[in-house]
Parts: sequence; C-alpha cells; structure tokens
Amino acid sequence: MHSDDLAAVWLTLKLASVVTLLLLVIGTPIAWWLARTRSRLKGAVGALVALPLVLPPTVLGFYLLVTMGPNGPIGKFTEALGIGLLPFTFPGLVIASVIYSLPFVVQPIQNAFEAIGERPLEVAATLHASPWDAFWSVAVPLARPGFISGAILGFAHTVGEFGVVLMIGGNIPNETRVVSVQIYDHVEALEYTQAHWLSGGMLLFSFIVLLALYTFNPARRKAL
Amino acid sequence: MTSEIRAKFRVDRADFSLDLDLTLPGRGVTALFGPSGSGKTTCLRAMAGLERAPLGRFALGDTVWQDESRGVFVPAHRRALGMVFQEASLFPHLSARRNMEFGQKRTSTATSGFSFSDVSELLGIGHLLERMPAQLSGGERQRVAIARALLAAPQILLLDEPLAALDARRKLEILPYLERLHRELAIPVIYVSHAPDEVARLADHLVLLDDGKAIASGLLNTVLSRIDLPGTFADDAGVVIEATVAEHEADELTRLEFPGGHFYVAQRKEPVGSPLRCRILARDVSLALAPQTQVSILNCVNAVVAELAATATPGQVLVRLDVAGAPLLARITKRSVSRLGIRPGLALRAQIKSVALLG
Repeated sequence: MHSDDLAAVWLTLKLASVVTLLLLVIGTPIAWWLARTRSRLKGAVGALVALPLVLPPTVLGFYLLVTMGPNGPIGKFTEALGIGLLPFTFPGLVIASVIYSLPFVVQPIQNAFEAIGERPLEVAATLHASPWDAFWSVAVPLARPGFISGAILGFAHTVGEFGVVLMIGGNIPNETRVVSVQIYDHVEALEYTQAHWLSGGMLLFSFIVLLALYTFNPARRKAL
Repeated sequence: MTSEIRAKFRVDRADFSLDLDLTLPGRGVTALFGPSGSGKTTCLRAMAGLERAPLGRFALGDTVWQDESRGVFVPAHRRALGMVFQEASLFPHLSARRNMEFGQKRTSTATSGFSFSDVSELLGIGHLLERMPAQLSGGERQRVAIARALLAAPQILLLDEPLAALDARRKLEILPYLERLHRELAIPVIYVSHAPDEVARLADHLVLLDDGKAIASGLLNTVLSRIDLPGTFADDAGVVIEATVAEHEADELTRLEFPGGHFYVAQRKEPVGSPLRCRILARDVSLALAPQTQVSILNCVNAVVAELAATATPGQVLVRLDVAGAPLLARITKRSVSRLGIRPGLALRAQIKSVALLG
C-alpha cells in the first residue's frame, strides 16, 4: 500500500477514536437527560441531536465552515484565544465529526437508559446509593449494550463520513485527508487500483462492524 | 427502638388522593391492607422517601425523615431503611452475594445490626450466593432481596407486597421465612398486602386503607373483629387466635389452649407449650343456644353475643362474640337470628367447624 494511503488510514483511525471517546463523554449526559427528563425542552433537544441523521452533510459542513471561519462567532472566539481558525485543521474536523455522529451515539445509550426504567435506581436509593453512585454502579453497567452499540456506530459513522470532511477539512495530508477523501482523489486521478484497495478495505471494515454489532447485541437490530 | 412511628401524608392529584395520619407501633409487623388503588403502596413509597408527599411528616421515634412544615426531607438514600419491592428487583448484573453486599458496603459498620452469615442463614440462601439473579427462582430472588434489605442496617423494613408476584407454591415456600423475621426482628416492619391470609399470618397491627384514607387502625384482632366494616374482608372475615399447644392426644389430635377455652386440631409437630397462631373464619362458626352432644363438631366454646351487623351478602349477618375477652366472629343467616332470638348479651355456644393453623 502506498504511504499516502497508509497515512490516510492512520488519520482516519485516529479521528474516529478521538471522536468516539469525545462522543461517549458528551453523549452520555445528553442521553441520560433525554431518557429521564419530563422537561418540555425534551422534544426540541432530541430533534436537535437527531438533525445530522436527515441533514445533508454539506449543509452541516457549510454552517460549521461559516461559524468557525474568520467572520463567524466561533472563529472570532478561537482567534481571540490565540488558537487560530479551526477549518482545515484536525481539531476542526474532530468538532465537525462529533456533531455529525452525535445521534448515532446518543440514541442507543438513551434507549438503553430508558429500558432500565426507574426501579433499579429506586432500589439503589433504598440501599443507600446516592444518585451519582447509582448512576455508575447500576445505570451504566445495565446500559452496557447501549454503550457498546453507541461506540461502534459512532466509530463506524465517523470513519465513513465524506461530505462534512470535504466542506470543513479539505484535503490536507496527515491533517484532514481521511480514507474517504483519499478514495475520491484516487478516482479523480483514475488510480483505480489504489481506489480498489481502500474501498475494499472500507467495505470489509463496515461489514465486520455490523456483524459484530448484530452478533453481540441482537436486540439493537431494530434500532438500525 | 420501641418508639412509635408517626406517619402523616397528604397527596392531592387529579386522579388520586391520599390523606393519612397514622401512629404505628415501633416494633412488630404492621400490615397496610386495602384494595389496589387504596394508597397503600404510595404510603410505603412516601415512607421510603421515593415519593415526596407535598404535605407530610414521617418520624421514627426521634428520627425525623420528613417534616414539610420545617422543610425537612431526607432523601431515600440517607434513610436507614430496607425495602423489598413486589417484583424481583435484584440487580441483574450482580450475583446474589454482590446484590446483598450492595447496601451493606454503603452502610457505616457502626450501625450494622446483622452479619452476612446470620442473614443468609435466617433466609436459607447460603447455597445460592454465587448465582446470578437469572438463575434463581422467584421465591429465591425475593429471599435474596429481603436479605439484601436487612444487610443495609435498616431501622425499619418496608415490604411492598413481596409475595404478590409469586405463585401459591412459591408463597408457601417463603412465608415461613417471613414468620421467622417476624419472631426474630427487633425493628418494625411495614407490610403492604391485599391478601387476607398473609395479613392474618404475619401482622400484629393492622391498618385498613380505602380510597386513600385509613378506615381502621389497631391491633390485628381488634380490627379483624370489627363488624362495622363489611366488605373489607368479605368471605374472609374472621379472627386470629394466639393459642398454645397444650397436649398431643392419643387419637392423633392436638389440644390447643387459649384464654377463652380450648380446641382440637389435627396432630401437630410443635412441642407442648409452643405458641401457635390460628385463624377462625366467620363462615366456619355456627351458633347453638344449648350445648350439643349429638354433633360431629368437636370444637365448641362458651360465648356471649356482643353485636350484630349486616353483611354485603343478602340474608346474612355477622355476629361478634366475646369468648372470655377474646373476639370471635360468626356469620349466620338473618332467619337464624330471628329464630334463635340472638341479641347482644345472650350467652350461647359457638361451634367451630374449622381452625386454620398459620405456620
């Protein structure tokens, strides 16, 4: 395999790992809140989280490009902090991917929390576990299948994204050129052999991911 | 520990209201009995702190867990209580042992009253400890749940229909353990139930709930023998008698004694002198003006009619009798009442067709 291709594979795996980790950290409290709140805002927040499911990636990428650009609020803020501008950098790509893959992590975890119901947490309370304690010792272990599904889906979805990357990341080697972009470049350059290698690899990867998901977690099949 | 329990809860919701003001004994088993929707589970959840009654006060002796007039509400996890829910509520991801340790670990050792081995022995679950909840039967799960609640060093034990989800055989398997608890536990137990037989078997104190209100509260027999509350127990109306095994007789009968006399039951294993709780249903008691010699019924006691009241069944009357201070109920027809001239103050013989031994 060409060293450019290897770099793209490595970058993709790095991006997907960082994004998945961040998504678990950000997605868990959102999922917990959505699963248990009686607030009127639940519908609005749920819809906002689910937006990337229906929005064309280019639309999402466009808005992120504008807000993170030199005239956008986030762009002005990051420049004031001395970080510079985020578009066309790896951190910018991470932020975009986190937003883009959020529903794929939040929804399985939210479903798992909802399935647990109120009772185990009440039992934990009568056994002297504080709400924080009960969350870690009861809710998280019982929602484990949801966390596994969410992590796998979040990882796989980040690996597979293209439109958002193109809008916000461009095509900078070792910085934003992920596998999907690399394949696009190969095809444009009529390098079909290399495109075949990478595409075949992605195909195999996607199949293995879904196989793992269905084998270890048959109940999740409905959620897809 | 013998200080009394004061529970005052008021909940007003569109579909449900609860208005209770109870004083309950600080030891023994208090049963909250009533039909579904009468508020007994809500009352228990309010005691546990799982629900906050907008107007409420709950104190266990000097320990105040809720007093809305002073803005006091101790959250459930800071209350020294044990609770057992209707359905098996074991944590499915933990073994029986780790379920039991869950509350014990979160209790300061200074307040812990029971040791792990005592509790597993008391509930007969020593051989089940390494199993996961999914590998236990319904009855075993409930026993583990009770053990788990006891190990959390409770000052009060709350049981929310712990047998309701079990079939009749599993119930019989678990009742003896509950009776052992009843005998050996120094802390008060609040037992929610809608099964008259469980109440008769386990309770010392009885609260009848209906439509969110307490319609009676008192010693088990005092409440059971009230005939002004028809329909509460309906066909199961009857009293409980605490008797003592007096003698095992040659013809496979055991004689039991109680303050009002004695009666015979099929031979028992308990040694002479053991206490035995019996239940006598009103429908199993008939009345005779003079001693009968030519009947097959063995058990007859002298009684005085205390009062009469109509029942929910047409043509039938409940009679409360006084048997040397102990109450007894008889259900007879209106026709018999007028034919025999039964009225308060009349001395007669009560014939007991059947005595149910509890335990």
